[in-house]
Amino acid sequence: MPIAETEIKWIDERPLRRWETMYLPGILEGLKTTVQHMFSPKVTMEFPEQRPELPPHFKGVHRLNRDEQGRVRCVACYLCATACPAHCIDIVAAPSPWPDREKYPELFVIDELRCIYCGMCEEACPVDAIELTTLYDLTGYSREEMLFDKEKLLAVYDYTVRQGTDPIRTRRGELGPASEIIAGNHTIAGDDSETSPDPKI
Amino acid sequence: MDLLTIALIIFALSFLQTVCAYLIYLERKVAAWVQDRKGPNRVGPRGLLQPVADGLKFLLKEQVIPTHVNQLLYITAPSIAVLTTSLAFAVVPFGPTDLADTSTWRYIIAPDIDIGLLFIFAIGSLNVYSIILGGWASNNKYSLLGALRSSAQVISYEIPLALSALGIIALAGSLNLERILNLQAQAGLTGWFFWYQPMGWLLFFISALAEANRLPFDLPEAEQELVGGYHTEYSGLKFAMFFLGEYTHVITISFLLAILYFGGWHFPGIAEYGSQYPGAQAVKVLVLWSKVVFFVLLIMLVRWTLPRFRFDQLMHIAWLGLVPLAILNLLIVLIVRYFELSDWLLPVLSVAILSCIPCIWRSRLWISAAALEVRNAYR
Repeated sequence: MPIAETEIKWIDERPLRRWETMYLPGILEGLKTTVQHMFSPKVTMEFPEQRPELPPHFKGVHRLNRDEQGRVRCVACYLCATACPAHCIDIVAAPSPWPDREKYPELFVIDELRCIYCGMCEEACPVDAIELTTLYDLTGYSREEMLFDKEKLLAVYDYTVRQGTDPIRTRRGELGPASEIIAGNHTIAGDDSETSPDPKI
Repeated sequence: MDLLTIALIIFALSFLQTVCAYLIYLERKVAAWVQDRKGPNRVGPRGLLQPVADGLKFLLKEQVIPTHVNQLLYITAPSIAVLTTSLAFAVVPFGPTDLADTSTWRYIIAPDIDIGLLFIFAIGSLNVYSIILGGWASNNKYSLLGALRSSAQVISYEIPLALSALGIIALAGSLNLERILNLQAQAGLTGWFFWYQPMGWLLFFISALAEANRLPFDLPEAEQELVGGYHTEYSGLKFAMFFLGEYTHVITISFLLAILYFGGWHFPGIAEYGSQYPGAQAVKVLVLWSKVVFFVLLIMLVRWTLPRFRFDQLMHIAWLGLVPLAILNLLIVLIVRYFELSDWLLPVLSVAILSCIPCIWRSRLWISAAALEVRNAYR
C-alpha cells in the first residue's frame, strides 16, 4: 500500500545558529562527551580472572544427559545426526542391554571443531538426551582431542550438574513424551498434563 | 661541542624516547578510557611496563624488507622521520633557562639560538620527506597515495602554522624561544601571549595537528581507506621509528604551544620570574611539563572526538579558512604595534574576527565564492 501524501511529514534540518556555524561549540561539546566517557565506569571484563555469567540458553559444548539410573539417556535414533547441518555427530548403535529400550549408543562422538553450535541436535532429540551447555572455553592440543566421545559428553553432563548450570531449553532431565513409550505397549504413561498428544490421532 | 652538550643530547634523546614510548602507552590508555575500556593492564602494574614490552617486540621482530622496494630510500625514510623531529627539539627549552649563563647545566640542547622558531619550522617541514620517500620507496599504491596526500597537506598547513606564529614573533620581537618565554615570564600571568593571541593559538593548534598528521588531519595514514598509509610496507623497528617521529613531533608541538602561548614554565604564585626559593627550578620544570602533558592530552582527546576530514575539506580549511585568518591575525598585531595602541585591543579584535567568521560564511561572501570557483575549476 503506498503511503499517502498526507501521511508524510517532511522535517527540515534546523539552520545552524550563527554561533554553531563556527564549529567550535560543536567541537567543545564533543570534547565534553569524550572527557565524560574517560571517567565513566568501564565495561571491560578481565577475562581469565572474571568470567561472564552466560544466560542458561547459551549454546556451548554438548552434553549427553543421564537418566535417573545414571544410564545414558540416548536411544541411538540418529535423529540428531540426521538433523546436524555440519555432520559432526557420529553414532554407532547397539542393542540395548536394558529392557526398556531397543537400542543404545555404543559410540557417540561429536566433533566439537566441526560443530557450528546451532542447537539442531537438541531440537531433534526425542528423548532430550543431547543438550548444549554454557561451557564456551573449549580448547585442546590436537584435533583428536576435540572429538568428544560418549564418556566425555557424559562427563560434561556430570560437570554441569555439579556446577548447577543446567540448560533451560529442555526440561532439565525430564524425558520427553516419546521416551515414555514402553516397548510393545503403545500407550503414554506418566505425567501428561501439558505435552500429551491427542489420543485420537 | 663540549661534554655538557653531548651529555645534554644524550639526556634529551633518551628522555624523548622514553617519553614517546610512554606517550604511546598513554594514547592507548586514553583511547581505552574514552571508549569505556580499561586499556593495557597486563604488563606490569597497571600496564606500566607495556612500553618496554612494545619496544622489545619492535627490536626483536624480524627486519622485513620487501623485495619490491627501493632499498636505500626504504631504509632512509624512517631515519629521516626520527632525525628531523629530534633535531627540531634541539632548540626547544624543556625547562627554565638562563640566557646569560650557558656554561652550566641547562634545559636546552642548543642555547640562545636566535632563529629558534624558524629552525623548528624549517626542520619540521623536512619531515615530509620521510613520508614521501617512505611512500614512494614502498612501491605500493596505498603508500604512495598516503604520501601524496601528506605532501599536499603538510605544505598547505605550514603556511598558517608559520603565519599564526608570526603574530607571536611580532609581539615578542624575537624568534628565540627562550627570549619569548622569558618575556612572558617577566610580564606575569597577563603577559602570556595566549591573552593577546587567542585566535593565533587556535590557528596554530589546528595547523600543528595537521602538521603532525594527527587526527582529524591524519589523511596520510587514513587506515580505513589506505590500509596503513605511507607505512603500510613497514614493520618492526622501521615502523617504530615512524611512530617515534610522530610522537616526538607531538611533544615538540605541545612544548611550542606551552612556550609560545602559555608562558612556558611560568605559573602565577608558584613559578614566577624571580622565584628563588629552594626547588624553584624543579617546580618550573614540573609546571612546563604539566602544561605539555595537558596539550598532549588535548591532542589525544581531539583524536577521539573528531572524525577525519575529507581531503577537499582539508584543503578548504587550510587555504580558505586558516590562511586568511592568520594573515588577518598578523595584520591586527602589526596595526596595534605600529600605531602603539593598547595590546588589549588584540584579544578584542581576535574575538571580533572569530565571531565574524559565521557571518562571512553564512552570507556567502568571498570565501564561499572562492570555494565555488575552486570547485568549478576542478570540474
